[in-house]
Amino acid sequence: MRMDFDKLKKRNSFELQNLKAEGKPIVGTFCTYSPKELIYAVGGVAVSLCANDESSINIAHKELPRNLCPLIKASYGYAVSKKCPYMNASDIIVGETTCDGKKKMYELLANHKPVYVLELPNMTNKRSLALWKDELISFKEFLQEKFKAKITQENLLEAVKIHNEERELMCELMELNKAIPSPIKGSELHEILFASEFIYDKKEKIKTLKAFIEATKQNLEAKISDKKRIIITGCPSGGVYEKIIKQIENLGADVVAFENCVGTKNYRNLVEEEGNLIENIAKRYLEIPCSVMYKNDKRAQIIKEFIKEYSADGVIDIVLSGCHTYAIETNKIREASKEAGANYMSLETDYSRQDSGQIRTRLEAFIELL
Amino acid sequence: MYLIGIDIGSTSTKVAVFNKNDQKFTELFLRPTGFSGVKIADEIYEILKEKNYFPSFITATGYGRVSVKYANFTTTEILCHALGANFLFPKDCTVIDVGGQDTKAIKIVANRPEDFIMNDKCSAGTGKFIEVMANRLGIDINELYTTAKKNLNIKLSSTCTVFAESEIISLMANGVDKTQIAYGIIDSSAQKVASLTKRLENEIYFLSGGLSRVSLFKNLLANHLQREVFTDENAIFCGAMGASLIGLKKEKS
Ligand code: SF4
Ligand code: SF4
Repeated sequence: MRMDFDKLKKRNSFELQNLKAEGKPIVGTFCTYSPKELIYAVGGVAVSLCANDESSINIAHKELPRNLCPLIKASYGYAVSKKCPYMNASDIIVGETTCDGKKKMYELLANHKPVYVLELPNMTNKRSLALWKDELISFKEFLQEKFKAKITQENLLEAVKIHNEERELMCELMELNKAIPSPIKGSELHEILFASEFIYDKKEKIKTLKAFIEATKQNLEAKISDKKRIIITGCPSGGVYEKIIKQIENLGADVVAFENCVGTKNYRNLVEEEGNLIENIAKRYLEIPCSVMYKNDKRAQIIKEFIKEYSADGVIDIVLSGCHTYAIETNKIREASKEAGANYMSLETDYSRQDSGQIRTRLEAFIELL
Repeated sequence: MYLIGIDIGSTSTKVAVFNKNDQKFTELFLRPTGFSGVKIADEIYEILKEKNYFPSFITATGYGRVSVKYANFTTTEILCHALGANFLFPKDCTVIDVGGQDTKAIKIVANRPEDFIMNDKCSAGTGKFIEVMANRLGIDINELYTTAKKNLNIKLSSTCTVFAESEIISLMANGVDKTQIAYGIIDSSAQKVASLTKRLENEIYFLSGGLSRVSLFKNLLANHLQREVFTDENAIFCGAMGASLIGLKKEKS
């Protein structure tokens, strides 16, 4: 089953070229806040551009400071060096005013690519919602204009529905790991979550997901397992997969959930299908429990729920060096974890391999103490 | 039956031998680690054989633990330091260990390690910092500890090893006495260690590892933490002792 996702991912990088040749609009995104429904409704394909390896970071150092988050530097480096096929294929890139680093990076990125930046509010109150809704309306107009296509009530509803279905399935898939022992290895789940971002044909993706979920359910085994169960939270984990996720497994513990942008942040919460769709979309995205928001209290709440639901023993909070918002939230998440009865550790790291040894020791000690 | 803990640190290798029959530590000894973890591990093996400490259960820890091929079990120094410290000082506290490469703090609650932190990639606040500075002064590290003389006007403002080095060079160029610079070095390390461990703030602290024998460091650390810091004459063996004690549980399974 697992092979399917891998194969699909490979095939889909070619697929992207075909889609492009067919004249499909390709829209590069950097964040879970990018409103995918609108891109879908205009007939476009959203591709994720978040870089997850360090090879292009040095190029970025020409223009960006060293102590900036590696995700931003690596992504920018790819754009400048023209080495990323997804970046190259993108007709436009959409950004949001999330953290300061990304916001300022988009300014520079605009020298290399057409960039459209949506003003994401820093709060989630009524006025913020009104602003965000306005931004989505402007974005919708921009997309129609740019790609000479109409976003109608019908195709927007279709987009909402298909994304809801995808989200529900992704959540169902992730929640399978509430079982003890968790049926999907954390590293495998991470790969699936990651690969699934690169499957452009939503219908095909939904089919594959359903089959995978069914097969996994069939194979659920009631075994006794004393493996320690760990929740990953914090910054996007794509770039530290080997160093952290794989390593935890090598040390004999299980990663059961990803409370981050690779995982639940991207898929939880559906868009209401009745009423004003744009407003419903705006609401859904403002629910994302990201640290860039003022008073992001939801995240601590979710961590507490997850610890119970996933019977987790420990929480590991990934902080990419230079990410202030997640670094500052570590205290809150530490408290929430303790309150719910799990051990907590924050790990500050970047995309390099230099600190693999130290990270390993820390993980090992953390698991020993569980 | 002996339970033996071997703690291979970057500077010295510590060995603790626990006699299971009378439930006591029979012997504690240390050797310089030298350049090769494998070599020192072999050397220790010979010593253990000579002293007739077999049959035994051997637990290795410390950053060179993988070099101890004959170990029955390996584990991290965090857990070992916690258990060793709790054996010597059975109270709720935060254990601070300033190692050659990394500094760690472990919070002990009800005889159990509850939380820990380690320094990041930077060498500030580790033994390495003091070592590099002693080299720069052209004196032996022990001499640095014994000759240090207080002069509150001499302060090292950089915590970065590289910048602190150049600060020392300019202090020496200005004719400041080495003994006073030495004091500045120890004080600056103590301050950095205190700020590193801030997140595991506690009522009392226990200093383990090599620096536990340097009373000036211990006192300055207490100053910066504004709390009492305890230690034990054998605190340098905490890691090795903890490793022996883990053997007590592991050997059965
Ligand atoms: S962590 Fe926040 S800002 Fe970063 S990609 Fe995720 S949602 Fe966007
Ligand atoms: S990890 Fe933090 S600093 Fe990096 S892009 Fe996301 S929010 Fe910004």
